[in-house]
Amino acid sequence: MNIHEYQGKALLKANGVPVLEGVHCTTVEAALAAYDHLGSKVVAVKSQIHAGGRGKGTLYHPESREHVMDGGVKIAFSRDEVNTYASNILGNVLVTIQTGDEGKVVNNLYVEAGCDIAHEYYLAILVDRENKAVLIMASTEGGMDIEHVAETTPEKIHKISVDPNAGLLGYQKRDLALALGLTGAAHKSFGKALSSMYNMFVASDCAMLEINPLVKTADEQIVALDAKVSFDENAEFRHKNWDELRDLSEEEDVEIRAKETGLSYVKLDGNIGCLVNGAGLAMATMDVIKLYGGEPANFLDVGGGANEEQVKTAFSIILEDPNVKGILVNIFGGIMRCDIIARGVIAATEALDLDVPLVVRLAGTNVDEGKAILAASDLNIHPADDLAEGAQRIVELIGGAA
Amino acid sequence: MAIWIEEDAKVLVQGITGKQGQFHADKMVEYGTQIVGGCTPGKGGQSVDLQGKAFPVWDSMFEAIEATDADATVIYVPPPFAAEAIMEAADAFDSIKGEGVVVCITEGIPTLDMVKAVAFVENRPGVRLIGPNCPGIITPGDGGGAKIGIMPGHIHAKGRIGIVSKSGTLTYEAVAQTMSIDEGQSTCVGIGGDPVNGTGFIECLAAFEADEQTEAIVMIGEIGGNAEQEAAAWAKEHVTKPIVGFVAGATAPPGKRMGHAGAIISGGKGTAEEKFAAFEAAGIACAKDPSELGAVLLESLKAAGLR
Repeated sequence: MNIHEYQGKALLKANGVPVLEGVHCTTVEAALAAYDHLGSKVVAVKSQIHAGGRGKGTLYHPESREHVMDGGVKIAFSRDEVNTYASNILGNVLVTIQTGDEGKVVNNLYVEAGCDIAHEYYLAILVDRENKAVLIMASTEGGMDIEHVAETTPEKIHKISVDPNAGLLGYQKRDLALALGLTGAAHKSFGKALSSMYNMFVASDCAMLEINPLVKTADEQIVALDAKVSFDENAEFRHKNWDELRDLSEEEDVEIRAKETGLSYVKLDGNIGCLVNGAGLAMATMDVIKLYGGEPANFLDVGGGANEEQVKTAFSIILEDPNVKGILVNIFGGIMRCDIIARGVIAATEALDLDVPLVVRLAGTNVDEGKAILAASDLNIHPADDLAEGAQRIVELIGGAA
Repeated sequence: MAIWIEEDAKVLVQGITGKQGQFHADKMVEYGTQIVGGCTPGKGGQSVDLQGKAFPVWDSMFEAIEATDADATVIYVPPPFAAEAIMEAADAFDSIKGEGVVVCITEGIPTLDMVKAVAFVENRPGVRLIGPNCPGIITPGDGGGAKIGIMPGHIHAKGRIGIVSKSGTLTYEAVAQTMSIDEGQSTCVGIGGDPVNGTGFIECLAAFEADEQTEAIVMIGEIGGNAEQEAAAWAKEHVTKPIVGFVAGATAPPGKRMGHAGAIISGGKGTAEEKFAAFEAAGIACAKDPSELGAVLLESLKAAGLR
């Protein structure tokens, strides 16, 4: 789960990490009031969306798609400039390298005081899957795309692996500060900020905490100028405040509804809907559809213990997508019995007046009963014995390869 | 021989009084697994009825292992308490026997809890953790066998193919594919789809390579991380038995989590394409479609003079 920069900065501040003073706004008037309140000669006017590359993004009118302004993060030197930038950003669509061509409507703005920057660094804390530990990454090349730095000058990226039993140790902080060339007051300020960030990462169950740039100011203080924070959704049960931080407009409505009913759904661009049990098999089903010339319309895992009702919900979610021209059901019954799935499929097709071709592949527990139930119905359901046959059949039925 | 779990392994169930725990414990007994009881804090002294027989419940894993000399435990404990259940089991096995297998089925454990739990288990070298977020491990026997997890037992048969996979239903698919060419399985291990887990591909490959019963291996990966690439590179140097591979997620869009917490292409890394390429570079025979795993395996067995 991602949160906005302004929320991430509030969290950093609450955990003792220095950030600049800023105000979250949703209107141009509020942005102007924020400028007056901050009393800073220079302010940053920053679009708040859950995607990177905002500074280099482009703003367009949401309906006409006319070009409005280059750059979703602007430095304003006057009240008039704040007015212009805020008006150009709010309500318009920001397209960045991470949003795709459709972009995202900007409803939130962060107006932040300026500061005197001496150097920009990069800092990130994340879980390293391979070493099964929390990893801290830092670089002197702040403000740049870190993947580019990793490719071109990997020696400029310094890493610390934190032992979960020992926690972040003093020597690790000192070593990292020295590797970044920090001395004196800045060294001390960095150590303190790093401890606070690590503690926040653990206490808030972060999946990722990225500060790019983390800056050294002219007076040798370390300040977080950006904040990209995401949480580990598995830990939601112990963070009741996440509900308030969640921006539902940033998430696919249908994916949220699917999740609420225990389904895992991801919308894709193709025209063959998939209903599968198990995440691995659901991915494999999409892959095989593609292999036989089709294009999957979605990923959908109904889970291990789906019932008739969930199968029905799954069908209705798949059919919400107007691109869907056919559906492939692929169930390997383990704990889930094929006869129950077959009944669910029939109930769903009847209730929803299904009018697209449907191929059903059943295997595993009670497969013969399941197949018999489907065969006995007078609905237009095409059986398949294995995944390859199922995929070929549905591609054929919707009129061949895309 | 099989790997890690013998046909007659004695197994405890943590969370045996819960709905999931009891349901699956019953299925395990039905399959022939030697369940010796279970553990639910606060319910010690009670008993649980499985397949018409009463099984004892203990308050703690120390008591349960002392009383039963169990070889393994399987965890069906909800996510908030699952990491601690892993550590309790690891501590008890290590203290009492110096060894034991801990299988964690639970899906949805916070990643940082797993970072702690995995470090805890790694400090106890005799203890092996399988999972979490996995179907478990099964060693089919001549009649029954040891099914420790949630997989459908009846699709398996004892044989010489070792299977290791991140995904549950895709493992069942692989099992069905081996059966389609009249081959059974030595042991099937579901290592789970979480970003931080216990036993990995390489440990499974090493165990299969050392196991006399196993003559060929099926390895199934999915997008996310680079465990498959590392395993392929390792296999090239250390595994002499034929390996057949498949990777799920070739059509998954980048940056989207595909059901499993660990199944995500991030920063352009961890794609199926990358993993297939690593498999092929290591001489692993790949199926591009799981329905072809049987055919590819048959070919590999023939090439190795095993059919």
